[in-house]
Amino acid sequence: MIMTAKKVCGLVLAGVFIGVINGFFGGGGGMICVTALLLLGLKNKNAQATAILIMLPISIASAIVYYSSGFVEWDMVLNVAIGSVIGGIVGAYLLKKLSNNVLQYIFALVVIAAGIKMLI
Amino acid sequence: MAWYLLALAGLFGGLVGGMGMGGGTLLIPILTMFLGVDQHSAQALNLLVFIPTGLIAVFIHAKNKLLDYKVFGIIILPAIATAVGAALLVGRIKSETLALLFGIFLILIGLFELYQAIHTSINNKKKINKPIIKHNLYPPRNKDF
Repeated sequence: MIMTAKKVCGLVLAGVFIGVINGFFGGGGGMICVTALLLLGLKNKNAQATAILIMLPISIASAIVYYSSGFVEWDMVLNVAIGSVIGGIVGAYLLKKLSNNVLQYIFALVVIAAGIKMLI
Repeated sequence: MAWYLLALAGLFGGLVGGMGMGGGTLLIPILTMFLGVDQHSAQALNLLVFIPTGLIAVFIHAKNKLLDYKVFGIIILPAIATAVGAALLVGRIKSETLALLFGIFLILIGLFELYQAIHTSINNKKKINKPIIKHNLYPPRNKDF
């Protein structure tokens, strides 16, 4: 990607926004990061991969703050992490087999439903 | 809390994340709504759980030369600075208020995803409906022929 002053400003602004969201909500920054990188001209695969590289130190820094505030319950972390790693591998494998965007519709509706449930 | 319920929640979140959608966005409400985990703890859990998965993914992507280090170099400092600030702010907010704000955030993310899904569907339809270009029956002749 060729770096113009406009793109550098865009990246800095995206960084500020992603940091606020991920630090405040403990997640969700990755989706915004991928969208921002695509808008700034990265190819799909590069945007997805680079977003993970960006989210990693952000998550580590935020996790340290959450830990120092006493929000980490270690007895739960290991169990969820084991499930998550296995799920991640299976999900990545399934992605190759499922190409239509029905999943995206389902995901969007489930997330909206969950959001409404949290407000009620 | 039963270990298998937590592992199941992680499995589901990981599955969605592995498919390229927001795994954490879904893991947090699963933990709070179905397993009764406190909002702050669920968020902390999601941050920590992402680290091993993220490390494996980054290692694979680095091998495949998919990482853009220039972009990373520009974005990372403001992102870390604001993430730390926001994480410090979260500690001062009540769990109920945070859950409410998270609910609004989820609805916004969901609507955005819905918009993208509709956009993709329309684009796919356009591709299918594109008229088939007829082959040129009389291609220009080779001058040497």
